[in-house]
Amino acid sequence: MECDFKESIQKALQDANLTGALGKFSEAYKINRTKAYEGIDFEALRGKIAEIKSYAASNLDQLSDLFQQNAEARGATVFRTNDPAKVREYIARVARENGVKSVVKSKSMATEEIHLNPHLEKEGISVAETDLGEWIIQLAGQTPSHMVMPAIHMTKEEVADLFSKEVDERLAADIPRLVKVARNELRPRFLEADMGISGGNIAVAETGSIVLMTNEGNARLVTSLPRIHVVLVGIEKLVATYADIAPILKALPKSATAQQLTSYVSIITGATPNTDGTMKDLHIILMDNRRTEMANDPKFKQALQCIRCASCLNVCPIFRLVGGHVFGKVYTGGIGTILTAWFDELKKSEDIQGLCIQCGSCKDVCPGKIDIPELIMEIRRRLVQEQGLPLIQKTIYSVVNNRKLFHGMLRAASIASRPLSSGGFLRHLPLFLAELTDGRSLPAIAAEPFRDRFKKIVQPESKEKIAFYAGCLIDFAYPEMGEALIRILNKAGFQVVFPDEQTCCGAPARYNGAYEVAAHNAVDNIKALLQKDVAHIISACPTCTVAMQHEFISTFESLGQTEWLPQARELSEKTIDFSTLVTKLVEEGRLSLKEGTTLGAVTYHDSCHLKRTLHATEQPRELLQKAGYELREMPECDTCCGMGGSYSLKLPEISAPILQRKMKNIRTTGAATVAMDCPGCVMQIRGGFDQNGGDVQVKHTLELLEEQLA
Amino acid sequence: MYEQFKARAEGVSAEVYRLGTKAEAVDFVVGFLKREGVADTPKRYALWADSPLLAEIDRAQLQDIAGLKFEVSRQLAAEARFGISQMEWALADTGTLVQDSTAVEQRLVSSLTDIHIALVPTAGLLPDMPALLARLTPENSGYISMITGASRTADIERVLTIGVHGPERLIIVFVDDMGGTH
Repeated sequence: MECDFKESIQKALQDANLTGALGKFSEAYKINRTKAYEGIDFEALRGKIAEIKSYAASNLDQLSDLFQQNAEARGATVFRTNDPAKVREYIARVARENGVKSVVKSKSMATEEIHLNPHLEKEGISVAETDLGEWIIQLAGQTPSHMVMPAIHMTKEEVADLFSKEVDERLAADIPRLVKVARNELRPRFLEADMGISGGNIAVAETGSIVLMTNEGNARLVTSLPRIHVVLVGIEKLVATYADIAPILKALPKSATAQQLTSYVSIITGATPNTDGTMKDLHIILMDNRRTEMANDPKFKQALQCIRCASCLNVCPIFRLVGGHVFGKVYTGGIGTILTAWFDELKKSEDIQGLCIQCGSCKDVCPGKIDIPELIMEIRRRLVQEQGLPLIQKTIYSVVNNRKLFHGMLRAASIASRPLSSGGFLRHLPLFLAELTDGRSLPAIAAEPFRDRFKKIVQPESKEKIAFYAGCLIDFAYPEMGEALIRILNKAGFQVVFPDEQTCCGAPARYNGAYEVAAHNAVDNIKALLQKDVAHIISACPTCTVAMQHEFISTFESLGQTEWLPQARELSEKTIDFSTLVTKLVEEGRLSLKEGTTLGAVTYHDSCHLKRTLHATEQPRELLQKAGYELREMPECDTCCGMGGSYSLKLPEISAPILQRKMKNIRTTGAATVAMDCPGCVMQIRGGFDQNGGDVQVKHTLELLEEQLA
Repeated sequence: MYEQFKARAEGVSAEVYRLGTKAEAVDFVVGFLKREGVADTPKRYALWADSPLLAEIDRAQLQDIAGLKFEVSRQLAAEARFGISQMEWALADTGTLVQDSTAVEQRLVSSLTDIHIALVPTAGLLPDMPALLARLTPENSGYISMITGASRTADIERVLTIGVHGPERLIIVFVDDMGGTH
């Protein structure tokens, strides 16, 4: 990881204004967004948008032709190019030929993408951004930190300072007054400008129309007052038909700012009269800049379904800590990482793709139905393919790929770390690993791993068998969870088998882009787990469950390997997570929960993979309540705990504040116990409370249920 | 639909009224302008953009209001406090007004002024966007304007502030007996 990247993260984390503003906004956003979508079938709506945009992405050439034909028939001039330099030259030429001295712009990410302003200024043209946020950062000489709220990182005091310089008068940090200053300062700029430049939210091929959405009203002035109007749109904004704009108009404001509709929507089709009676000189630039290439990439085509609402930024637990500037100069957050990799270059995304913790929150809210986490994984995979793995990771994975060696080292680590562990936690790690335990204790590696303990467990014989997949954490850190699970399944009349050849599920390798290693792990596990005839394969770790249910298949597919696909599908069918299986067994009457006990209050933490891939949110809650626990929900119960596998080791400075916030949310419930279904989350949160008061018990759901199940 | 529209529009700081007749609407506008200090001095003008309603009413009572003008230019609009225009459609589910504003004067009075008074035929109420898009298409309208509430921003510290580049007040007057252009 680049040093200056780490530095930019540190700088952002220490910026209290930034983290304060973003933190507050992200809390309010979730609530307001839900309210804005009340009574609306979001899944159906985004299904429709995905269909519209995916169709357009498959027909970019044809729709561009059609758009050009229709817009030109209505008096517009359409310019099409793949090259950002040609866009800049074109606009500068139109300006030169028409003696343009001043330009007003309404917000356009496409012009940011091609760094248009400095180019025009070099030509001696004055350029005024008129969106308030954009104007603020223009005056400050900065770049936008958020796609929808470009100046969210700045305080009113900073804005007052900037504006004071501009109007040469000491202004107080009074927001309504500052907004009036902007209105008064920019009004003459609108009236005197010779050219207006705007982006476009939608371009309609069928009619040659541009749809523009704003709240401040600046786009109406930019498109009405100057005699020349230049529109710059990326071709991913194309839709086929006029009717296609309705679902986008419905979702975009709700997802962006939780509004029903932006204050102003303009649908501009061809040249319209100017205030002096002449006709508008309307230029529409359809910019490709690698979008066609993206459309031809089977994985990344879906990224063109983005409608630029930035909701993936708003729900991201990382973005709200570090803000946009860490991501670069133009597109930020989850989708920004993907767009940067394409519109800039893959190499530029090398550091920022590592910011993604793969919690999946963005995928849940994306109105374009883009699997952002999956695409970021694909970037990782391609980076590794192009550049190879860093040496240290290469060494680690060569070990992980050799089960005997890997497990042997874990056993050795258990002995080596014994003097350092107290009460089941590693207090200190030797040498360079020391900073990794900052703010969180790591569990001691078990003296006797589950795989050894299993051999001593005596189970009642049964014809009905279930295979247990332990995963590294239960096997080597929390073997007692595995033992409890076996007792529960025995009560339901199953005999549990533990195939000894099972190994790491491959998630750590996959999440670092080492797909070849993950595929190797997948094959080893398929061989081990499918050898016996079992009813189910159960895992008490959602990450491992997701690996076996979904990722073995997608890893093989990404690599174009087909040999093990049928077996991977068979394994997927049989794999089930703990709470879903127990719920099923309770429904079937094979297990029952003792009634009439009162066990006190628990709060429940939704683990990312369990909630967003396996969709098991109600099962653990209902089981805990039936067992006699009083459930007290915490705020942001489904926000990531900051573990993210090796993420907490690579970016501990980000992982730590996420954990702190999680612990604060847990404490607000007053519950003495927090339950969760993931041993990784247990490791993170238990370690956090161990270093910070130890006032809350952290338990896997199965540990809380075992006694109550019969 | 009117009640739904009213709730949505008021939710975004518009002021919504409903009157029975065109005559009542004219009285309302005159009363409003006088109360709010219309005058024949810059920053006090009121501009009434061409609208079907103007042809259907007795304009005599409007002649002697100082500062109320019916010719719309960019200079006058830049110096006007009030803009009056007729909006053809209203979308109940978002509280949105819609107009074919290919004629730039229609945009000037609703974008450069401080207060925009929109007269809307009650018959122009539609349930939602798809209903509108089926009726108003770019084939006949080069510039379609949709207006939902007052001009707003939250760009400084996420604090909602009204009146950035567009009007800070939007007064919506539904008129029951007003024929639309549709």
